[in-house]
Amino acid sequence: MSQPATHHNKAAAAFLKNGQRAQWHDETLWFVRAKRDKAAHQIPEWEALRNLGSQIKEHTLSNLDEYLLQFEANAKKNGIKVHWANNAAEHNQIVYEILLHHNAVNVVKSKSMLTEECGLNHYLAERKISVVDTDLGEYIVQLRNEPPSHIVLPAIHLKKEDVSNTFHKHLHTEKNNQDPVYLTRAARQVLRKKFITADAAITGVNFAVAETGGIVVCTNEGNADLGVHANKVHIACMGFEKIIPRAQDLSVFLRLLARSATGQPITTYSSHFHRPKAGQEMHIVLVNNGRTEQLGREAFRNSLKCIRCAACFNTCPVYRRSGGHSYHNSVAGPIGSILAPNLDMRKNADLPFASTLCGSCTNVCPVKINIHEQLWSWRQVLMAEGYGGSAKKASMKLMTGVLSKPAVYRLSTGMARFFMRYLPFLVNNRLNPWYKQRDMPSAPKESFKDWYKKNRNHE
Amino acid sequence: MSNSRENILAAINANKPAPVELPEIPLFERRGNLVNVFIGALEFIGATSVKVTSLSEVDEYLESLQQAGTRLVNTTAELNSYNINAYKKANASELEALDTAFIKGQVGVAENGAIWVSESDMVNRLFPFICRKLVLVINAKDIVYNMHEAYRRIQVDEDGYGTFIAGPSKTADIEQSLVVGAHGPLELKVFIVS
Amino acid sequence: MEKRCKPVIMKVGLFIPCYVDQFYPQVAVATLELLERYGCEVHYPLKQTCCGQPMANSGFASMAGGCDKNFIANFSGYEYIVCPSGSCALHIKEHLHSAEEPNAAATIRERIYELTEFITDVLKLEGVKASFPHKVGLHVSCHGQRMLHLSSMSEKVEKPFSKAEALLSTVDGLELFRTSRADECCGFGGTFCVTEEAVSVSMGNTRIKEHLANGVHYITGGDMSCLMHLEGLLKRQKIDIKVIHLAEILNTQ
Repeated sequence: MSQPATHHNKAAAAFLKNGQRAQWHDETLWFVRAKRDKAAHQIPEWEALRNLGSQIKEHTLSNLDEYLLQFEANAKKNGIKVHWANNAAEHNQIVYEILLHHNAVNVVKSKSMLTEECGLNHYLAERKISVVDTDLGEYIVQLRNEPPSHIVLPAIHLKKEDVSNTFHKHLHTEKNNQDPVYLTRAARQVLRKKFITADAAITGVNFAVAETGGIVVCTNEGNADLGVHANKVHIACMGFEKIIPRAQDLSVFLRLLARSATGQPITTYSSHFHRPKAGQEMHIVLVNNGRTEQLGREAFRNSLKCIRCAACFNTCPVYRRSGGHSYHNSVAGPIGSILAPNLDMRKNADLPFASTLCGSCTNVCPVKINIHEQLWSWRQVLMAEGYGGSAKKASMKLMTGVLSKPAVYRLSTGMARFFMRYLPFLVNNRLNPWYKQRDMPSAPKESFKDWYKKNRNHE
Repeated sequence: MSNSRENILAAINANKPAPVELPEIPLFERRGNLVNVFIGALEFIGATSVKVTSLSEVDEYLESLQQAGTRLVNTTAELNSYNINAYKKANASELEALDTAFIKGQVGVAENGAIWVSESDMVNRLFPFICRKLVLVINAKDIVYNMHEAYRRIQVDEDGYGTFIAGPSKTADIEQSLVVGAHGPLELKVFIVS
Repeated sequence: MEKRCKPVIMKVGLFIPCYVDQFYPQVAVATLELLERYGCEVHYPLKQTCCGQPMANSGFASMAGGCDKNFIANFSGYEYIVCPSGSCALHIKEHLHSAEEPNAAATIRERIYELTEFITDVLKLEGVKASFPHKVGLHVSCHGQRMLHLSSMSEKVEKPFSKAEALLSTVDGLELFRTSRADECCGFGGTFCVTEEAVSVSMGNTRIKEHLANGVHYITGGDMSCLMHLEGLLKRQKIDIKVIHLAEILNTQ
């Protein structure tokens, strides 16, 4: 069993220490959310599309094994090699063996949250295989030896001066030149060489189509395509929930995905890979890594509908004010908080509590995952499994005892206990976190109950 | 490891929910001047567009580039200077210096400016990505309103590869500042032939 | 304009959140008087304690049985149960259960209303007779909005509406101001406000900043818990904006 990670609230407080930067983070991501709203409102049938997206995904989950088999059969017909990995270690090993077989030591990789989840880069680096993340944001964080803080905008926690310094150090760009165009072009020069001199390309997968046996990869930068087309080996890694039944289902998801993610009507490239090009080998690794378990959790299986647009990140007032690293999981934000406990309850027991349950995440989700309800349900599961600690549980028992007995509750000790535990904002105690930056409500002369007894009691 | 496939399938079979129906996808048709909507979308995504009445106008443009010494490839047989042979089998390092590629688009999507380009039209999968400037040529009659109609028009697995291209490559990964020209083309020009 | 469409006397059980009972009795009084003014016969069951939401949101819904039982004992038999809090009303609507009395629990879940919802949908008032000549900002509380659907939501493509705004627009002299992030959460979130103190405060401050930019004198809303959080920040920062529950404004004479 793993140890609990640094609690989200501590990491969030640290993030907020740099007030200006935190405000920038909040405002920038709110702007992305606003662009998403604008894009959605241009589509009169937006809510109908969300329903369709959700239904297609629910249908797929209910026939998942059949669709995976159909996909496998069709992909093989297309000349693609299909691999199955039950966990992260197996996934990494499969990728490694393919690379080994081709004597590949330099690999270019486009964005894949799955490989992040599996820790592939680190695994391959230990085996003397160099992987370059070619998405600009991922390249930046890779140079800095940091994980991405956002699944669509990996370097959103950084300012241009950070990027400038990083590039100056690693790419020898001009010191203090912070012009985004200059910096982007500098990365372009370096990465072009990497694309051309690599031995193999790894990509993620946005959608895998069962009826045609092909995959779709969406990027704005063109890095997935350049990497794949420039190389003799293409390895596409996917969580098996990326499967969809029909090619025409793509019409629904491609209308939803980029609009939800960044407010763009569609990503620059939506590339459909069905057969390797002449002289190329194409592999697809289908990965489980806990997904079958999540599928079996009735309250949480809907999280497998996720298409990784990150709209829930951008709208989440907690995410915007705590940054992706505070979630200590490859997928952060509200969706990460319902995926992570499935992978490791102890380590991630804090995440479902990093939310006010405001419900905005559920509203922006293009496939209608009931994220805030799942956050609530995870809280129940985690406490039932004992991840809240025995003291918390004991105090809870006492409390519910108090609240179910009105006479006990009316005793000042009963009420004080209750307020201390659950409504701490009403307890005048300087050690109370409420009081750090907020005043207490002023105590009235009498409670409503007392007022009522005097003025209205019909009994 | 060899059991993983069976283990995964068995676990899915045991854990999957009760059957849910697969919905039909409506067309969500909309009326309007599709070419104008398309042009507006192209502008929004950072592409330029030119309405022409015949391919000879595209030819003129292509010739002007050639005269200026541009290294270009044209995979569209209907245009002059169809010259794929020089580049057809070229690899990435040989193509790195390519300036411009002229490629035919099959279907254009008015709502988002995306254009479907299939492998047989691009000839070499690298062309639309490795060039600095991409020129796509599309017939006005091949413009549809949205993706639902587009997917009814194309067959995604007809070729081994096909892609919707919507604008020049771009990134906003540095402080959310939009930079046009990431790894792929710095420019996209679309000729709409009516 | 004050318009009554339903002259029948309605028997209402008044459900007052525990912290309102203890710290904001004027909100409960305003709710009671308001309902009485519009023809309801209102009873406040004296043995009510807490709906159990604080425990459930902390992950202990499984232990809420006693709370539920007590709630059912207090509120069974009322035609309507009205609560001046979207959040507490929502908790009852979604989570009140009883293995022994499933029907009683189901009936209560159907009969529970948030105050503005009750005024708009049951009493069918199109307006109130009230006067509040001040600049007022509305804080949209999440549970009332996104789960009870008391107003349209900025995330959704739907026709804009707001039950609270519609009522406030009929109050004499009241000037209503919207904030730029119309429905962002204030960061209260129950125990979240102390377990995630830093984020909670930061969220509250964003709301306040937007109301300050509008130059309002009051922030109103349907949930005293959110307002209490904002009030704590306002007072500490000595900002001259007061919080006031919707019921208090609607009940001004």
